[in-house]
Amino acid sequence: MKVALLSGGISLERSVSLQSGRRVADSLRQLGHEVARIDPGPGLVTDLTEAGPEVAFIALHGRDGEDGTVQALLELSGVPFTGPGVASCRLSSDKGLAKHVFGMEGVPTPAWFPVTEAAIRDYGAAAGLPAAIDRLGLPLVAKPASQGSALGLTVVTDPADLPAAVVTALSYGASALLEEWVDGRELAVSVIGGEPLPIVEAIPTERPTYDFEARYEIGATRFETPARLSEADRSQVEQVALAACDALGCLDLARVDMLLADDGPRVIEVDPVPGLTETSLLPQAAEAAGLSFDALVERILGLATGPDT
Amino acid sequence: MEPEQVPPAPRRPRTEARDLERYAALFAARTRQMRSSAMRNMMSIATRPEVISLAGGLPDTSTFPADLFEEIAAGIAADGLAGALQYGPTEGLDGLREAIPEVMAREGTGAEPEDVTVTTGGQQALDLVTRALVDPGDVLLCDAPTYPGALPTFAAYQADVIQVECDSEGMRTDLLEQTLTELEAGGKRPKFIYSVPTFQNPGGITLSLERRRQMVEIARRFEILVVEDNPYGLLRFEGDPLPSLYSIDGGGFVVYVGTFSKIVAAGLRLGWVVAPPPVRQKIVLGKQAADLCTSNLVQEFALRFLQSGRFDEYVDGLREVYRSRRDAMLGAIAEYFPHGADWSRPEGGLFVWATLPEVIDTGDLLAKALGENVAFVPGAEAFVDGRGTNSMRLNFSGVPEERIIEGVRRIGRLADRMLGLYETIANTAELPLPGGPVEKERRKAG
Repeated sequence: MKVALLSGGISLERSVSLQSGRRVADSLRQLGHEVARIDPGPGLVTDLTEAGPEVAFIALHGRDGEDGTVQALLELSGVPFTGPGVASCRLSSDKGLAKHVFGMEGVPTPAWFPVTEAAIRDYGAAAGLPAAIDRLGLPLVAKPASQGSALGLTVVTDPADLPAAVVTALSYGASALLEEWVDGRELAVSVIGGEPLPIVEAIPTERPTYDFEARYEIGATRFETPARLSEADRSQVEQVALAACDALGCLDLARVDMLLADDGPRVIEVDPVPGLTETSLLPQAAEAAGLSFDALVERILGLATGPDT
Repeated sequence: MEPEQVPPAPRRPRTEARDLERYAALFAARTRQMRSSAMRNMMSIATRPEVISLAGGLPDTSTFPADLFEEIAAGIAADGLAGALQYGPTEGLDGLREAIPEVMAREGTGAEPEDVTVTTGGQQALDLVTRALVDPGDVLLCDAPTYPGALPTFAAYQADVIQVECDSEGMRTDLLEQTLTELEAGGKRPKFIYSVPTFQNPGGITLSLERRRQMVEIARRFEILVVEDNPYGLLRFEGDPLPSLYSIDGGGFVVYVGTFSKIVAAGLRLGWVVAPPPVRQKIVLGKQAADLCTSNLVQEFALRFLQSGRFDEYVDGLREVYRSRRDAMLGAIAEYFPHGADWSRPEGGLFVWATLPEVIDTGDLLAKALGENVAFVPGAEAFVDGRGTNSMRLNFSGVPEERIIEGVRRIGRLADRMLGLYETIANTAELPLPGGPVEKERRKAG
């Protein structure tokens, strides 16, 4: 099959995407597909037209790759693509929107408040920050609404640090959120074709939070797959993960990041274009399920092209 | 005879997640100090052509005379090819080792050819010096801020780096002496002081004559080495040249590191180190282990360039280009950076160091700037101790004037916006702020 592989792009996670792309290209060729690698930029539409692919494999992360922009262009060009559709990408990539949906659908997620630059400027929204602290308690988490990889995230323990934390979060996008701090185990549930893969637990070995360095540094985080969970916990975590994907319309492919607290799991975010680098969680989960990387790539591709091909 | 049929090598098995854990146990302890950073990952966008990158330390290589390049290459092909394609002595080719002191003499520094070791870039010289001198846990002193590229080298040898504050005259020798005294009292003897005394990377500042003398005197008294890294000395746009630490000291306690990267071409990867003979011997042994010798072809090229008679003319040309770029940058900063910003006014070199009001984190500013296709190096990269979060290094050598001005304009506008946002939040929210109520009142008033 003729596959356009999209990786790189102009998001802050460009290098992660390029890593994913290299691995996927390798696999696609191994599987006998013809691969045209495209680094989306101003020439994307032309590049797609020239490549004339039967399907597009999306290995983009961050801005544009996950938020539906590229997906919409592909839809327009009539090229089927891997992963969730435009609406689902838009909802998932904005953590605030996703949390609204979770609220409506009864998916557990930490308490939160949105903060936007516009509301601060036009409506004096910062006056509400002390109330937000009262309601969410300390520590709380300030983070950008649309950024993965923990870039721009601050754990605020002292109210005096909140203004700087908000400015930091808003440096990575026009909207941010303040979120209740949940003390719990960090779990990731990858969902493919409506089925959960074995749960991965991320256990940082050196740093207190699972930040950018820990995510992409070999050996900085220890992963346990499958996570050691009681049968009841495992089942509840999987149900919540599927409910989160169902709510956002991305049961085909997504990775659900959760915290498992004493009183149950909370969904932190849903990533509609999960990383495929050597340290990414989806490949680890797939492998634990007996699905090799090649088989995983083939499965993702198969979901995009439908059962007939 | 038919060549023997060799089956193709099996494809390297792909690294699976489980293997990664296995590798984790194999990594040397020192790799724990080697980190990729969020900044470096973000910077992968900076290589895209639409990005105005004020981040790199790139010299302008566009003015290198193509005719001269052809002439030198043809000369090597005609009468030196076999030698140029051969292994060479670890210390470097004799001809080049003789020519290097002549380059140093242009700044008034005298050196003996036999004390010179040619290296694969100045970076290798730093690596070899550190390798020769530092055991894990040994203390090193360096400028605060320091050359960001030195820090991974020091980390690789598990050095304990202490940074000594700089002001507009370079490293504060009073603090240097105080730190050394304290270390001595604690039974610790640092191995060396690393400094870029002239047009410092990243600060753009130059160590004053008085401080140069003091630094050498202090090093002698405490019997530790100074590693003087001087990539930019010949790129002086104004003011009188200052004597190098090496020439003040006479080569007893100072190791001098030079490079052709900024005065010929960075792509040659050609530098050198001048060290007292016992240190030089260890450096040469280290280089044997590292790469046997620096490329003969490259050394031959540089030697012929130096002998062509056009080296000085070329460096003069670079100085002119960089001077006007520096002027463009300083002018743009003065015009576009927010009130409360401060910056260095370098008399030469490649960099300006700017410091913004404390509440601006330049890592965050970089994220915003990359969104508008501009890049710089956030100040925290020049520290090991978490300082520099509101500073940045701006390079002016690698980008034409109009792009410099546009880049600085965008950064200034974004910084203004961040500052405005912070002030709005700080003034609206009834929160205790750093500095207490007095500080907050001042902010309100301001």
